Amino acid sequence: MSPRAAWRLESLGFTEVYEYSAGKADWGAFGLPLEGKGTQSVRIKDIARADVPTCGLSDKVGTARRRAAGWDTCIVVNEERVVLGRVFKEQLDGDPGADVGDVMRPGTSTFRPNVSAAEMLEYMDRRHHESSLVTTPDGRLVGLVLREDVERAATPGS
Amino acid sequence: MHRVVNREEVQRLMREGAQLVEVLPREEYAEEHLPGAINIPLKELDAKTASSLRKDRPLVVYCHDFQ
Repeated sequence: MSPRAAWRLESLGFTEVYEYSAGKADWGAFGLPLEGKGTQSVRIKDIARADVPTCGLSDKVGTARRRAAGWDTCIVVNEERVVLGRVFKEQLDGDPGADVGDVMRPGTSTFRPNVSAAEMLEYMDRRHHESSLVTTPDGRLVGLVLREDVERAATPGS
Repeated sequence: MHRVVNREEVQRLMREGAQLVEVLPREEYAEEHLPGAINIPLKELDAKTASSLRKDRPLVVYCHDFQ
């Protein structure tokens, strides 16, 4: 649709026309602000815990456990903060000398920042998840959303 | 000829005063649009509706995604 609009505007005498082909889906998925009546609902970027502990592939489980004090998870990221996997309490309680990369779960689901709290809650209910990762479309960690926060945000008047 | 730009280039163009035009139908624009964007649905895009746009400033057009 936007290519046709760009061509049409050029035919009308506009000389400096740009086409943002990835459009507002891309804009929103990166957590950038949007305007409009649909933006009044809470998005998961607004409630994601950005201080979730992180560790690297070559860190030891014991190191990850120390960093994850007070949490039941540690997110495995690279130097660009791209998510590579996740370790849960079960792995954190395991051999402290093991490499995180050997025990992590690599296939964890991630969600874009512009997903609404209501959509997130629906997914969490369906899959019985207590927390979910929020990343940009290129995989960079935004934070972790917790069920309690999602429930609060998705409940009108709370 | 127009050029395809990415998100970072759109942000730069916005800082430089570009006009943003969403060409989706009114209902979709009302729901969500980029900050400061105006709405000219593609079906209504002609010389008359485009007359509100300035020709001496860059124009960025967009829709939902690669459609």
